[in-house]
Amino acid sequence: MAKPKVRTELRFLLNGSDVTLQDVAADETLLDYLRLRRSLRGTKEGCAEGDCGACTVLVGKLSGGKLVYESVNACIRFLGSLDGCHVVTVEHLRADAGGLHPVQQAMVDFHGSQCGFCTPGFVMSLYGLWMRDPDPSVAAIEKALQGNLCRCTGYEAIVRAARAVSSYGAAKKDPLAAERKSVTARLAALRDGKRVEIGAGKQRLIVPASVDDFASILKKEPTATVVAGSTDVGLWVTKHMRDISPAVFIGGLDGLRAIAEENGVITIGAGVTYSEAFGLLAKRIPALGPLFDRIGGEQVRNMGTIGGNIANGSPIGDTPPPFIALGARLTLRRGSKRRTIALEDFFVAYGKQDRRPGEFVEAVHVPVPAKSSRFAVHKVTKRRDEDITATLGAFFLTLARDGTVASVRIAYGGMAATPKRASAVEQALLGKPWTEATVDAAIAAYDLDFTPLTDMRATAEYRSLAAKNLLRRFFAETSGTKAPVTVTRQEAA
Amino acid sequence: MNKHAAPDLKAAHIKGGVATDQRHDSAHKHVTGTAIYIDDMAEPQGLLHGCLGLAAVTHGSIRSMDLSAVRSAPGVVDVLTAKDVPGENDISPTGRHDEPVLADGVVQFYGQPIYCVIAETREQARRATRFAKVEYDEMPFVVDVADLDPLKDKLVTPPLTLKRGDARTAIRKAPKRIKGRMRLGGQDHFYLEGQIAMAVPGEDHDVLVYCSTQHPSEVQHMVAHALGVPNHAVTVEIRRMGGGFGGKETQGNQFAALAAIAARKHRRAVKIRPDRDDDMTATGKRHDFVIDYEVGFDGDGNIHGVDFMFAARCGFSSDLSGPVTDRALFHCDNTYFWPAVHARSAPLYTNTVSNTAFRGFGGPQGMVGAERVIEEVAFALGKDPLDIRKLNFYGEIGDGKDRNVTPYHQPVEDNIIQRIVAELEESCQYARRKRTIAAFNANSRYVKRGIALTPVKFGISFTATQYNQAGALVHVYTDGSVHLNHGGTEMGQGLYLKVAQVVAEEFQIDLDQVKITATTTGKVPNTSATAASSGSDLNGMAAQNAAQQIKDRLIDFAVDKYQVPRDQVIFLPNRVRVGNQEIGFADLVKQAYLARIQLSAAGFYKTPKIHWNRDKGQGRPFYYFAYGAACSEVSIDTLTGEYVVERTDILHDAGRSLNRAIDLGQVEGGFIQGMGWLTTEELWWDAKGRLRTHAPSTYKIPLASDRPKIFNVRLAEWPEAGEPTIHRSKAVGEPPFPLGISVLHALSDAVASVADHTIFPNLDAPATPERVLMAVERMKTQFAGG
Repeated sequence: MAKPKVRTELRFLLNGSDVTLQDVAADETLLDYLRLRRSLRGTKEGCAEGDCGACTVLVGKLSGGKLVYESVNACIRFLGSLDGCHVVTVEHLRADAGGLHPVQQAMVDFHGSQCGFCTPGFVMSLYGLWMRDPDPSVAAIEKALQGNLCRCTGYEAIVRAARAVSSYGAAKKDPLAAERKSVTARLAALRDGKRVEIGAGKQRLIVPASVDDFASILKKEPTATVVAGSTDVGLWVTKHMRDISPAVFIGGLDGLRAIAEENGVITIGAGVTYSEAFGLLAKRIPALGPLFDRIGGEQVRNMGTIGGNIANGSPIGDTPPPFIALGARLTLRRGSKRRTIALEDFFVAYGKQDRRPGEFVEAVHVPVPAKSSRFAVHKVTKRRDEDITATLGAFFLTLARDGTVASVRIAYGGMAATPKRASAVEQALLGKPWTEATVDAAIAAYDLDFTPLTDMRATAEYRSLAAKNLLRRFFAETSGTKAPVTVTRQEAA
Repeated sequence: MNKHAAPDLKAAHIKGGVATDQRHDSAHKHVTGTAIYIDDMAEPQGLLHGCLGLAAVTHGSIRSMDLSAVRSAPGVVDVLTAKDVPGENDISPTGRHDEPVLADGVVQFYGQPIYCVIAETREQARRATRFAKVEYDEMPFVVDVADLDPLKDKLVTPPLTLKRGDARTAIRKAPKRIKGRMRLGGQDHFYLEGQIAMAVPGEDHDVLVYCSTQHPSEVQHMVAHALGVPNHAVTVEIRRMGGGFGGKETQGNQFAALAAIAARKHRRAVKIRPDRDDDMTATGKRHDFVIDYEVGFDGDGNIHGVDFMFAARCGFSSDLSGPVTDRALFHCDNTYFWPAVHARSAPLYTNTVSNTAFRGFGGPQGMVGAERVIEEVAFALGKDPLDIRKLNFYGEIGDGKDRNVTPYHQPVEDNIIQRIVAELEESCQYARRKRTIAAFNANSRYVKRGIALTPVKFGISFTATQYNQAGALVHVYTDGSVHLNHGGTEMGQGLYLKVAQVVAEEFQIDLDQVKITATTTGKVPNTSATAASSGSDLNGMAAQNAAQQIKDRLIDFAVDKYQVPRDQVIFLPNRVRVGNQEIGFADLVKQAYLARIQLSAAGFYKTPKIHWNRDKGQGRPFYYFAYGAACSEVSIDTLTGEYVVERTDILHDAGRSLNRAIDLGQVEGGFIQGMGWLTTEELWWDAKGRLRTHAPSTYKIPLASDRPKIFNVRLAEWPEAGEPTIHRSKAVGEPPFPLGISVLHALSDAVASVADHTIFPNLDAPATPERVLMAVERMKTQFAGG
């Protein structure tokens, strides 16, 4: 294809103003830009790794022509990913009549701040929640706040405030709501179909014009850093001070952001975020709903992509095991050439994937399990929410009419150098009656499949034992027991 | 706050006096992002930035340190090493000379600062550290106190022994005896605002240091010490911290000293803000302990004698480990009368970062030891731990002196734990829920529930008597508005607000007439750390004293001018009644000014009655005690060890609270922080002695979704301080923290149900899902085998 036209400046909206930047480094974060270049110091740095939420801002983007605001972590969000977006910081909040915004007023009245350092982040997360859910349940509040740490209040006052926001003002009266039309138009006007290229040498950033453009860029520059949600690459910069130039920002490419079901297979574009995928996946494969609710915090789910979770090859990524258990396939693309492989074959060894130079993950195809089968995925962590997997097991079982195991696929994360099938366990179950005795007998096979490591998240002994017990849990929940099979955090009555 | 509405001269009550619920004075600024923390301040022209270079071995001598590539990195202005410290290379807060600003030749823990890069930007300073070439001769190291002998191995500071009666004989002669050991983890403060200091050089030797610190006077002294200049050359200021929790009592010294050294050397302002990983690697934490205990008791559950050894991981230097481990012993009784007791501390040297103050300051660790003993006794007798608790409580007020003497020989004269526990036990329906839980567990194979009700008694005062003093400075301006300053610091706990309420109350003026101002060593000197829960007690009294002095002068003036008796000058809301007329407060102030009356005063307070003889282990270290109790119910998954806190009920004693809204926040937040300490917050060192949990991705403090599903928190309405504290209120910063112990014991109760409460769970802390599961496995194995 013809090379698209090139623009050498980044354009986005910040609160009420237009921003045009020619001097942007590939690794310049939104947080540093706000604090250092714009002296907008309401947004704080607490951890610089997307875990504490003190830097939470909203980013509005056009999604299928519709303006959607999402909470994100400014600390690991690169400026390069913001072309054509609207950044909203705490400084922009106000009530329709001026003064404190309803979220802010509720936080004041319910004593939701003590030291106050985390507070602007909480305010922004609650603001993002209130926009889409003006009268949220406690469960919705807790979910929206999974990515916000507070060390002072114990959260109770913040949750009380969040529950009360609706009595402080209507979301449709929000000044930002009133600006939606004009912002939508302004953002649409920023989308000129051009590739953005800024800088040279060690400070180059590229925002491709399209997926085809991205494919040609990567083919030409196979060592470029591909940045989608930056929930991983962000830390390469903030924590490891790595150079990422040239960085190619693909998070805004519509061609990678489709998710749709066809013939019982859900195809997820590599740029689809956890939040965007949640609706369809949780509906069609219900076991994935609770899992997605425990990946990162809300901000990370709004940024992080499923494609990135697969492409980075981490042994503790949470989407590969369930997708492998379901028999997902992966489409890789280089230039205009595509190939599709079994997802499990993508993970070759620690830090090594079946991705050739210039090739990128374009989509993952996840079969929807048949109603007659059983599918479950269980994640075990030190802290229930916003924590990285110690062990995660996914189980996909189909029984024959006689109650024997007709097919079974089991995959784990956190147990090996890659996401990995429990092949020996599967063999031990296959063809046997699905009974507790069969499960008990199969447990020993785990030691043939896995030799987990000890690290700060768990010892090898715990990983091994908990992994085995997840099969017991899976058996229990498929065997019709009425007693609870695990602890749950439901909304308090 | 600080708006200027005209005062209501007819009001029946002032707005914002004591014992009213006021919002945090900065709440409006917090929610709008306009509260200024040090990193948000307008930066002086030419500001430089510092970044610490951290050692990469756990113990060793530095064979060579080639920093030439660091020096030539982009933007680098200077690289400071130990030889650049112009004064003494020491910031030991207790004068033991064991803590260098920068390590000089020998590295004693992984991550110890060995140099400091000064560059034009923070990012340049950070990136330059990648180019250091440091070679070490590594030496053997010790990280875990379980590997040490508390009686023989190296200590960082002298140990303490508390002794009353003959514990050895009492235990030996008791009908039953149990010996045990518990491991109790440490805790990172995880203040959301990390450490930060910005030094601005002045003329002569002067330097002004903005530092996120709970102890500006100490920072002043340490900076002066490191610079080799008199204290008068150094001014330290702090408006607010983004959280402290003890982590900014001494840990800011290093950053302040280095910023000041660089600022003096380069005649430019210098800011140092470590990133989260460096902060968590290079600054101290809560002390973790190995607690060995032996208890003698009878068949009813009466404890006859206890013997404790509290062995603490102190790190490479003493820092505050002496007073922290002392306070662990001071709380090894919690709410219980030990008829005979022998308790020892072992503040052990380890090749880890030097542990420091953290909310409770060793007290919670002592209380965990006490509660562990109670749990052991209950298990041995097959009784409800709550019954054993009640049986061994200190005597009630009026019970006489038989059962009210602590291990440090101070009588407990204000004990209200019986009533607190009785009220909580009833309101949370402990007995009924205990039965419901038993029934649930009998029918639930995988999920088990547990419940525990644990009490708290916390001693209030610095155990170092000299710290129990405070100063305040109050100015009344001619428009009747008031400028308030005191030695306490604001870290979110609402201290500034509470002290302002005290001053408003004293003058009988609306709270918004009182301007709260940043703490600075230039206004109130020689202050103590805002610590030991003492902030309101000390600074409230000092500010009240200052206000009273001015008020006395105003009364003298009115008596003289209007020729009325003293008792006819009465301060009413926003006005003063003098004889038969009422004069607006501002008007009276104006008249007094014209008559040349001094309208400024320095207030002072020192806590009465307290004394402590450490050599004898006797005295009255505490002015009074604060009490509370919590009941928590948990569910555990016996297949993975995961758990949720189903419900927590708390009844806490804040005396006659100055501000119940603020105090409630302290109780809720303290409980959650205490729960985090004992559940998911785990510090983990690898085999090379490196701390690997140094960011929120690996160190897990509680989230909103970790708080109890049902969380009923109340301040008791009826208590008041037995001593004449500020308006009979009680300290509330630390005492709620150990309420989190209820969660640990509820988890233990749930684990125990796996073996029908016949086997002691021996659950260590933090009780991560892993520890819970492993304890469940022990239960299953032993139960099946037994």
